[in-house]
Amino acid sequence: MRSSSTSSRLLAATALVAALGLTLAACGGGSDKSGGKSTDGKTAGANSLSGQTITYWASNQGTSLDADKATLTTELNKFTASTGIKVKLEVIGWADLLNRILAAATSGQGPDVLNIGNTWSASLQATGALMPWDDAAFGTIGGKDRFAAAAIASAGAAGQDPAAVPLYSMAYGLYYNKKMFADAGIANPPTTWAELVADGKKLTTGGHYGLAVEGANGAENIHHIFVLAKQRGASWFDDKGAPTFTGPQQVAAVKQYVDFIASDKIAAKGNAEYVQNQTITDFATGKAAMMMWQSAAPAIASHGMKPGDYGVVPVPTQTAGATGDAGVTSMVAGINMAIFKDTKHKDAAEAFVKFMTSTDEQKTLNGKYGSIPPVTEAQSDPAFQTPDLKVLASVLSKSAAPLPQVANESQFENLVGPAVKSLFADAAAGKPVTDDSVKAALTKAQQQMPAS
Amino acid sequence: MTATAPPRRAPEAGPSSGKSAAGRRLRPRIVERLRQGGLPYLLLLPAVLAELLIHIVPMFFGILISFKNLTLFYIHHWNSAPWAGFDNYKAAVKIHQPIGEALLHSFWVTLSYTLLSVALSWLLGSAAAILLQDKFRGRGLIRTLFLVPYALPAYAALITWTFMFQQDTGLVNHVLHDQLHLTSSKSFWLIGDNSFWAMVIVSVWKSWPFAFLALMAGLQNIPRELYEAAAMDGAGVWQQIRKITMPSLRPVNQVIVLVLFLWTFNDFNTPFVMFGQNPPHQADLISIHIYQSSFINWNFGSGSAMSVLLLLFLLVVTAIYLLVTSRGRSENDV
Repeated sequence: MRSSSTSSRLLAATALVAALGLTLAACGGGSDKSGGKSTDGKTAGANSLSGQTITYWASNQGTSLDADKATLTTELNKFTASTGIKVKLEVIGWADLLNRILAAATSGQGPDVLNIGNTWSASLQATGALMPWDDAAFGTIGGKDRFAAAAIASAGAAGQDPAAVPLYSMAYGLYYNKKMFADAGIANPPTTWAELVADGKKLTTGGHYGLAVEGANGAENIHHIFVLAKQRGASWFDDKGAPTFTGPQQVAAVKQYVDFIASDKIAAKGNAEYVQNQTITDFATGKAAMMMWQSAAPAIASHGMKPGDYGVVPVPTQTAGATGDAGVTSMVAGINMAIFKDTKHKDAAEAFVKFMTSTDEQKTLNGKYGSIPPVTEAQSDPAFQTPDLKVLASVLSKSAAPLPQVANESQFENLVGPAVKSLFADAAAGKPVTDDSVKAALTKAQQQMPAS
Repeated sequence: MTATAPPRRAPEAGPSSGKSAAGRRLRPRIVERLRQGGLPYLLLLPAVLAELLIHIVPMFFGILISFKNLTLFYIHHWNSAPWAGFDNYKAAVKIHQPIGEALLHSFWVTLSYTLLSVALSWLLGSAAAILLQDKFRGRGLIRTLFLVPYALPAYAALITWTFMFQQDTGLVNHVLHDQLHLTSSKSFWLIGDNSFWAMVIVSVWKSWPFAFLALMAGLQNIPRELYEAAAMDGAGVWQQIRKITMPSLRPVNQVIVLVLFLWTFNDFNTPFVMFGQNPPHQADLISIHIYQSSFINWNFGSGSAMSVLLLLFLLVVTAIYLLVTSRGRSENDV
């Protein structure tokens, strides 16, 4: 009896462990019902787009998912009124969007149209899940020439048809608090990193800091070290797409960024754990005098800081007036719009992309989100002539470079971003951050990169 | 203490079934057998089907994928991903290579986290259950309060803990540093070395009410007479706990420790909500490590191989645990 009960228990335990274990194996692998394939409306004619329903996954651009839903629904109603095509909208938070897209790519059960972060373009392009935008496809939305060249360059790997179409563009600028600068006797915002550090030290006093950085945010870390390496003429991938994380310029770029906390001490140690846009809060509440951020006006306003209280200039360079790679001050930030390759409503999807990238809609949507229209014709609208957006538009057209458009870009973000976070943690804990420790962290990240 | 069920008897046909005996004889034997023995299986069928669909089939595919080179280049046509043989497993177990080394580190972090969390949860649960065994005014209220962490939605509670652990404005530093002056400067809890301890604290807070609840139920089954007899023989409180309470709770403890171990070892919510998808090195639990391999680095073959290895490890640990604890109990029973 005992051996029988023991074996029963073993069997039951085996089943239990298997059930728990497979939860991991199956984690996230399920298809998403809410993103299911849309179906033709019953009233649709055989060859008419009117009456079709398409599904659109929008990224979170505004203050909340609900706010985005309200904003977009107003615009989508216009589209439905003019074309008869219905749009089933789902706004998805950034934490979930990539997983949802991966699940859709795996199962083939996805939306018809979707937003993607433009840095994901090449990686998602490599999956083959997105419709390539060849000349014929671009023809349906008015041609490739309508879009800013830098924005198109951030829509897929070089030499291939873009995987998506630019929808919203953004660029980094240096935001500075005018009153804090005046109080510290600083006449002009910095144009070089040496000036920024010197100004930052003057501004770091009495619980206030010169600069705020989002130290635990892997994506933010990547955007800044990309620029700092670029200014040294270095890239994070070679021409063949192989990682080059451990070069001296890359090490120097990371160290310069981490040193804002480690040795310059112009950013608060607590910044090392910032991951939920606390940087903007610190800037808008006067805790930090400067921050490097992309299209931050709406977020700053939401904290009660008035547009006249701060200024925006391009992010500093190593030497004043630098040009070419040394003069790069921002990555090309933005959101692209893609069509899912498995869509059964390609024409309706293209009609929707055409609507969203029309000059009028570009003015409306980018105006609401504080971003810059990648459609050049829309940029002249008065809404984008505010002092801060003029600076950011200038950065985008003159001194912004796209992040490496290689298939393994997402792995770069997910290995190097946390490595920089870890170095910030060391700096905050008072541990030394040296060339060697930076190189060791980058070497470890590079060793875990998949073969390209 | 073993409850014995009465022997099962086949249902007897009632005299007023309304059908003739000849008719019954004509019935195929298989139908008769089904009537007698098949009903339980029929009732179990929906659960078995659900189990197959929700657990067994995904597990099968997980094992299949672990033998494939399923990277981002193939996820849209994952059937056509090339076979990788044991390459994914080799990469995971080569502990001197970056991937294997990272997995081994994650394994040790997870094991330490699990052992600490289970031990502390059990200790707290046992102590609270025993202390609340005797009736006193307000006992019901305290029992309810103790169960609150178990009843709260995990995400809401974990987000609150994350706020409390923030370096600048968190409640923990406010109490430890600002009020009690126990630390020279405000500590970091969400990055660096302390992140491991922050995670353990939250895990214990989350898990111990389960141990408390199960042990409280177990204590109800111990007859009061045993304690009274022991007290008359001069046994003190500690002796009563050691000689009566603990041996009587042995079967309950066996299950609690096993279940808590499995839950904690597979814990995903705690590190994910506290640290996001890239936890600090010191808090790199294996569940999130596998998630990163699969969903962040887009290498589902490698992630699946790690999942299978984790499954095998847990199976072995469980089997050994049950064998050892069963043997101990058998010897005690003799």
